[in-house]
Amino acid sequence: MTVLVSQLFTGVSIGAVLLLIALGLSLTFGQMGVINMAHGEFIMAGAYTVYVLQKVISDAGFSLLVALPVAFAVAGLMGVLLEFLLIRRLYARPLDTLLVTWGVSLILQQLARDIFGAPNVQTSAPDFLTGNIKITDDLVLSNNRLFILTLAVLAVVALTLGLRFTSLGRRIRAVVQNRDLAAVSGIPTGRVDRLTFFIGSGLAGVAGVALTLLGPIGPTMGTNVIIDAFLVVVAGGIGHLKGSVIVAFALGTLQSLVEYSTTVSVAKVLVFVAIVAFLQWRPQGLFTLRTRSLA
Amino acid sequence: MTARYSWRAGVGFAVGAVVLFAVAPVALSDFRLSLLAKYLCIAMVAVGIGLAWGRGGLLALGQGVFFGLGGYAMAMHMKLADAGPGEMPDFMQLYGQLDALPWWWRPFASPWFALPATVLLPMLVAFLLGSLVFRRRVRGAYFAILSQALAAAMVILLIGQQGTTGGTNGLTDFQGFFGYDLDDPVNQRLVYFIVAGVLLLLLVIARQLMRSRYGELLVAVRDGEERVRFLGYNPANVKLVAYVTAAGMAGLAGALFVPAVGIINPALIGIVPSIEFVIGVAVGGRASLLGPVLGAVAVAWAKTTLSEEFPGAWTYLQGLLFVLVVAFLPGGLASLVRLVRRRRPPSDPAPVSPAPVVTPQEVTA
Repeated sequence: MTVLVSQLFTGVSIGAVLLLIALGLSLTFGQMGVINMAHGEFIMAGAYTVYVLQKVISDAGFSLLVALPVAFAVAGLMGVLLEFLLIRRLYARPLDTLLVTWGVSLILQQLARDIFGAPNVQTSAPDFLTGNIKITDDLVLSNNRLFILTLAVLAVVALTLGLRFTSLGRRIRAVVQNRDLAAVSGIPTGRVDRLTFFIGSGLAGVAGVALTLLGPIGPTMGTNVIIDAFLVVVAGGIGHLKGSVIVAFALGTLQSLVEYSTTVSVAKVLVFVAIVAFLQWRPQGLFTLRTRSLA
Repeated sequence: MTARYSWRAGVGFAVGAVVLFAVAPVALSDFRLSLLAKYLCIAMVAVGIGLAWGRGGLLALGQGVFFGLGGYAMAMHMKLADAGPGEMPDFMQLYGQLDALPWWWRPFASPWFALPATVLLPMLVAFLLGSLVFRRRVRGAYFAILSQALAAAMVILLIGQQGTTGGTNGLTDFQGFFGYDLDDPVNQRLVYFIVAGVLLLLLVIARQLMRSRYGELLVAVRDGEERVRFLGYNPANVKLVAYVTAAGMAGLAGALFVPAVGIINPALIGIVPSIEFVIGVAVGGRASLLGPVLGAVAVAWAKTTLSEEFPGAWTYLQGLLFVLVVAFLPGGLASLVRLVRRRRPPSDPAPVSPAPVVTPQEVTA
């Protein structure tokens, strides 16, 4: 029983990481209908932000907290730049955007290699995150996993409230639901796109900060996690955050439970099979926007 | 019009055959020739991608899977042939985890199973994924992501099962190819001739497919899937044929890559190499017949030449190629050729190429 509970907790914390990574992606994918392959490199940028800040501020705990907003801004600005320079020109060609942003991600990876060196770097974890919380003798929850879970929940709550109650959120929803109608209603869709990209990419930066607690920082760290995040977005459906939330936690739990009974590699393959099977049932993802368009 | 086109195609085919079979073997050293054989294998994958992506609008980002299936099928047979009947391949004895050959290795001892499997196995996998995905109208970026995830899953599986697949090292160190010693330069030339011949054959198949009624239908599905559906066709089947054909071509390419280069491993078939197959196609011109081949050879050649001396610079250049070509020259170099021809005085009446120019409307969201 405790094994099951502790595997479930592992699953939830895998899900929290997935969710943090996928949240920004789901926002930008829903907004523009484009897949941003460079999203993984924005995560990397967030992680390197922690590394740089720790060089300046030696206190690990303080620098981590400072890194959250700074990484958000750094990754967000990179996203805005990408949107402004390339993505808005490829507006009607989503598949081409995918390839173009892949090219951008190659360039960013090499930039990271040239600036920080090819080997992985490590940051020191703050004291308040190194411990564990013991619930029973068998069930131990590590503090950094709990921190990431809190971060993911906070991000979801902030994004949900922001989309529902602020005027920017209303505009974003309007553009997602019907871009042309939003435009003729006087919403500056271009500016809304750019702001959405800022927030979505900024969330990638926050995810990067969280990933520094789990492993080393390296030029290819984004590529390693991005595919799982794409699968979350595809299976969750676009235009709704709750789809991504449910799918992220479901996939995390599934992976942790299968991993327990088989191996990591078999678990990854089974998760893929599960997603293809799931898309048989819901080809557009868990939640979809009901529109009249055929495509 | 048809007579003129088949005349031109015949000349083009003859020129290609002369270059590949007469000029290249004379002009190039043994080392360069075996490099060319490697590039031509990559070009075979590109022919399939040109069909599926350029004509069908299916951005297949996981062709490495099929390349790998073909490659591993061939490599398993060659390993077993090297080891001799009843023996286990050297790497399995090295890891020492197994007492006997795994059951799924056994059939590959027979060339009558292994050779067809290099093509049929990838086609079967493509058929399974494609029929599940296309029938439920999963398309566009969703399909691209799924095909890419397939590549990721396959690599993880191969690395995870190191005892039976060779893990990250893959399968390498082959001695013979159907009884011929692979260390002998004469036999390496033989492999090159096989590769070149198969590439020409695949080009003929692709051309016939593109110019058939099916080819028209494929382009129609790319440009207006719903309209095709309303005309009474099933777009899922049309896409499935293109995807399965491309998978078979990639499998054949992988199977020939193994004797030509002497290795197959997960790093050759994962996400990164899979997407690198696509860039050559984009550079050459995705919707044309020869564009993908020339583009793939050019990019592979540039990669070998540049990445040896300036590995960092090559990564930047590759990234820039993706950005500049796809964003600003979506028709690839083939569209430049078309542009130059169009500037000619109107004494040349008929439209020069049947290939449609890639327009923004080609992609389904």
